[in-house]
Amino acid sequence: MGPLASGIGKLYGVRGWVALGACAVILFLLFPLANLALPKGSLFYISDYTIALTGKIMCYAIVAVAMDLIWGYTGILSLGHGLFFALGGYAMGMYLMRMIGREGQYQSDLPDFMVFLNWKAYPWYWSFTDHFWYAALLVVLVPGLLAFVFGFFAFRSRIKGVYFSIITQALTFAFMLLFFRNDTGFGGNNGFTDFKRILGFPIATSETRMALMVATGAALILTLLFARAIVASKLGRVLTAIRDAESRVMFSGYNPVHYKLFIWTASAVICGIAGALYVPQVGIINPSEMSPANSIEIAIWVAVGGRGSLVGAILGAGLVNGAKSLLTVAFPEYWLFFLGLLFILVTLFLPQGVIGLLKSSREKRA
Amino acid sequence: MNAAVISDPDSFGGGAAAGGRVLSPGVDVSHKAILYLEDISVSFDGFKALNKLSLDIDDGELRCIIGPNGAGKTTMMDVITGKTRPDSGSVFFGQTIDLTKLTEAEIAHAGIGRKFQKPTVFEQHSVFENLELAMKTDKRVRASLTARLDSAQRDRIADTLALIHLAGEADRHAGLLSHGQKQWLEIGMLLMQEPLVLLLDEPVAGMTDEETERTGELCKTLAGQHSVVVVEHDMDFVAGIAHKVTVLHEGSVLAEGSMEQVQNDARVIEVYLGR
Repeated sequence: MGPLASGIGKLYGVRGWVALGACAVILFLLFPLANLALPKGSLFYISDYTIALTGKIMCYAIVAVAMDLIWGYTGILSLGHGLFFALGGYAMGMYLMRMIGREGQYQSDLPDFMVFLNWKAYPWYWSFTDHFWYAALLVVLVPGLLAFVFGFFAFRSRIKGVYFSIITQALTFAFMLLFFRNDTGFGGNNGFTDFKRILGFPIATSETRMALMVATGAALILTLLFARAIVASKLGRVLTAIRDAESRVMFSGYNPVHYKLFIWTASAVICGIAGALYVPQVGIINPSEMSPANSIEIAIWVAVGGRGSLVGAILGAGLVNGAKSLLTVAFPEYWLFFLGLLFILVTLFLPQGVIGLLKSSREKRA
Repeated sequence: MNAAVISDPDSFGGGAAAGGRVLSPGVDVSHKAILYLEDISVSFDGFKALNKLSLDIDDGELRCIIGPNGAGKTTMMDVITGKTRPDSGSVFFGQTIDLTKLTEAEIAHAGIGRKFQKPTVFEQHSVFENLELAMKTDKRVRASLTARLDSAQRDRIADTLALIHLAGEADRHAGLLSHGQKQWLEIGMLLMQEPLVLLLDEPVAGMTDEETERTGELCKTLAGQHSVVVVEHDMDFVAGIAHKVTVLHEGSVLAEGSMEQVQNDARVIEVYLGR
């Protein structure tokens, strides 16, 4: 335990740990108190809506960290990360569908969409999904396995740059079409919704929502520390070296395929976990999560926050999605224009993202 | 002309890569030669970059390779390092290791280090980290995740920094170095790999006279402990360091011998020196 603890201690400086500790206190102590303990009229009361929004944005932040590992640090732009997020979400969604029991519209053992299709039994790939542990296993294994197999062939064939991005985009699009089909057995274009309970607790109460938000916060902090441990290790330096001069890495005796495959698979698994935390909080998963635009948006979060900075990625996901939830209420029809404009402006004027802006202003003052 | 196209470090051919393992250092040099190239032919879209090239490099020797543009110098290095597969012919490292069967990473691990024509270092890493990454060690993913430098390794990096005159720049980003310093850093990275053979593609391109002279000294020191193969256009530099010179022309060996012999060879004068 000793060397491990000291290794983790070195990931951040004193100020970094204090900041992280402060975030943990806010998320795990102040938010629950302000939401659950205070009366609704109180000045410091935090609404269920804010809690749900915070939880949702933190799921996106986890995805942004995963994206930053593969794009910011390794230089591989994936435009298909929404797929891994959605697959994790669907795996969790299967469990949540099973937990509805007979409380559906048709009061059947089967989910409503299966009754509607006149199916008499669950298809084989729904086996065991009524066990939480098995669903949790799927959350990790399905995105991980798909990423591993896809990555194995793509990296071995030395597909890189824009070609890789386009293929990942095509991959998520293909899966979206597959999941749109009713016969695929995942609810077609409606996906899964109307969840009732998770682990025996009713899903829509303030307490359950709070627990899910806290779990997401813990997952985000663990993801950040895991990613930090990777980028601070020699492995992380090899990844950045692959980004900057892959041929030199190869002629130095490293096999870049193994390194890319490792970080690509790890990144996909992290996305899957984020998706699994996301679905019970927003109460729905459908194939639109696999749409190419969603995956592109993930890249925009990281670009806005700052490629090659983990805190930047989290910041970017928070800023863009915060702006999104404000703007889509005020001017819903202009959101996509705003997003496009944001991407152009950041690319032109802020190549290091918001975190680069903060850094350079700090250096100016110093 | 072909040299410019195929020396682009990003234009790799396809093919499986499976390396990263530490190969046992069993390079058999009992017959004096460390590198054998025999009847190598490579063609690109009908252009014969190498045409039945045969060449031996002795263990510990310093060999200079010259030749006009398009003579096949860089392609020869590509074949040795596994970047280009020959259409025919064989490449052996020592008596036993068939280089045409290994990946780039495996060849590097076996003990062949290569410096590119255009200096290629990790620009976003410090000079120290560049040497750390190049150092001979277990280069698999899991080993890299837990790797920590011990004091012997730190000493080795410090020694190399002194040798390549970059001790004062250890913490600077490699991208901020001058062109000549990058060339030196790349040579330093090769040395960290502890290679048996060093392939240097135009090591003094873009260097000042003083830097060129220092590089010449370095090449001479390295020969003996390593076999050094230098491809260079700078004739003064070659004349200053070479014992044995090989002249390539149109993908095969035109002449071989001391600088003086080569310079007086009528065919060499015609195709290269006399122009």
